[in-house]
Amino acid sequence: MDQHSSLKLLGSWADSHTHRVQLALKLKGLEFDYQEEDVVNISPALVLHNPVYKMVPVLLHKDRPVVESVVILQYIDETWAGNPLTPADPFERAVARFWCHFAEDKLAPAVGAVFSSSGEGQKAAVDQVHENLKLLECEMRDGAFKGRRFFGGDKIGLLDVVLGCGSYWLAVFEEVMEVKLVDPESFPAFHAWLRDFEEQNEVKETIPAIDKLLEYARGVRQMMLSLSSSTSTSVPATAAANATGNDDVAVDAIDGSSG
Amino acid sequence: MKAVVLLDFWASPFGQRCRIALAEKGVDYEYREENVLGDKSPLLLQSNPVHKKIPVLIHDGKPVCESLIIVQYIDEAWPDRAPLLPADPYSRAQARFWADFVDVKFNECGSRLWKLKGEAQAAAKEEFIGILKLLEGELGDKKYFGGDAFGFVDVALAPFVSWFYSYETCAGFSIEEAAPKVAAWGKRCMERESVANALSHPDKIYEIVGVLKKKFGVE
Repeated sequence: MDQHSSLKLLGSWADSHTHRVQLALKLKGLEFDYQEEDVVNISPALVLHNPVYKMVPVLLHKDRPVVESVVILQYIDETWAGNPLTPADPFERAVARFWCHFAEDKLAPAVGAVFSSSGEGQKAAVDQVHENLKLLECEMRDGAFKGRRFFGGDKIGLLDVVLGCGSYWLAVFEEVMEVKLVDPESFPAFHAWLRDFEEQNEVKETIPAIDKLLEYARGVRQMMLSLSSSTSTSVPATAAANATGNDDVAVDAIDGSSG
Repeated sequence: MKAVVLLDFWASPFGQRCRIALAEKGVDYEYREENVLGDKSPLLLQSNPVHKKIPVLIHDGKPVCESLIIVQYIDEAWPDRAPLLPADPYSRAQARFWADFVDVKFNECGSRLWKLKGEAQAAAKEEFIGILKLLEGELGDKKYFGGDAFGFVDVALAPFVSWFYSYETCAGFSIEEAAPKVAAWGKRCMERESVANALSHPDKIYEIVGVLKKKFGVE
């Protein structure tokens, strides 16, 4: 007779944020029920448990919801002490959190922009990805992560989970978009880390097969291209407003999104 | 250089979060004003090479960046007094969620209230009122977002109390009307020494908003 788990994850099979939570739960050796959510036709369950954003993933622990993947990861780590994901030292934690935020706020949107653009716009988006990866590569070679196999040290930690679940899109987009995003010669440290990460058993059990991801990406790309050719797109006011004064410290100091 | 240094800009709500947290913890520190209208200092560039932005907290020579990360660091580095995050993991998750909400929703939408005009501004106003009502619901009848104790979400949102006047004046609405509990909470926060000492006067913020509007060509 199956024991009803006190843990239930609402997720989506192709969503890297969902994978982060699945991986963390596996690393902690925790049993959980999984419910696949349709992210287009949002279910009542999702509205109930995540009324603010109505998005996956949602972790239900004894029926209480925790949302936002990085918040969920820290919740899991603080509730189940074994195999810690977060560093013990406050400064190390701050560094890990900083790069988690970088992954969410800079790297992921840049990679997404490559996928949703074409022509000159895409070239600019690819350059942006390279800029971001260079910063990370530098930190891995000479900075806070120098000499480490994983960001967490000898074992996978919070930042590995956050960056790793999502980095597989780089290879997928390289193939679908026919662009070079992560050249092993330019980013040797990142490449070595990603290879080691993807070799971990728990990671292999979590990340979907590459051919499924490729098929998914091709489908979404087709849909995006057909939408953009049939509708007129105007740059949203927010994007226009945020595009000006990007390097303006005065504006950023007061208004900065990553302040 | 003292053991704790804060690189900051007087009007920055993100810097103010750090000042409030340090004051709540009674931590002695050196405040360094960065000339954000001019050249970035070598110390800033060296301490935050990725974003080159304030605030940066430098503790025994080690830099911590991003205001909410700095506030959590302050809480963890000085754990013996005035805890900013609750002890229980579920409550901590709630606090982190709402602090992030302040950045991603409240501040992002708030900035559109003065950056935009006409229909776009009216849409932003409706959205902002919705965001205020969510905060109103989360606060409820509690003294602070943290409950009886001033906490992480309070630190995250308090600096924006100086911005209420600018939001209201630019977009034409009343925060008191839309979210009376949040308005009352704002006044309670201002009674705390840590907050009163950190925040800029609303008139000064309105002046800054005027300068920024010119930069964005909104007039």
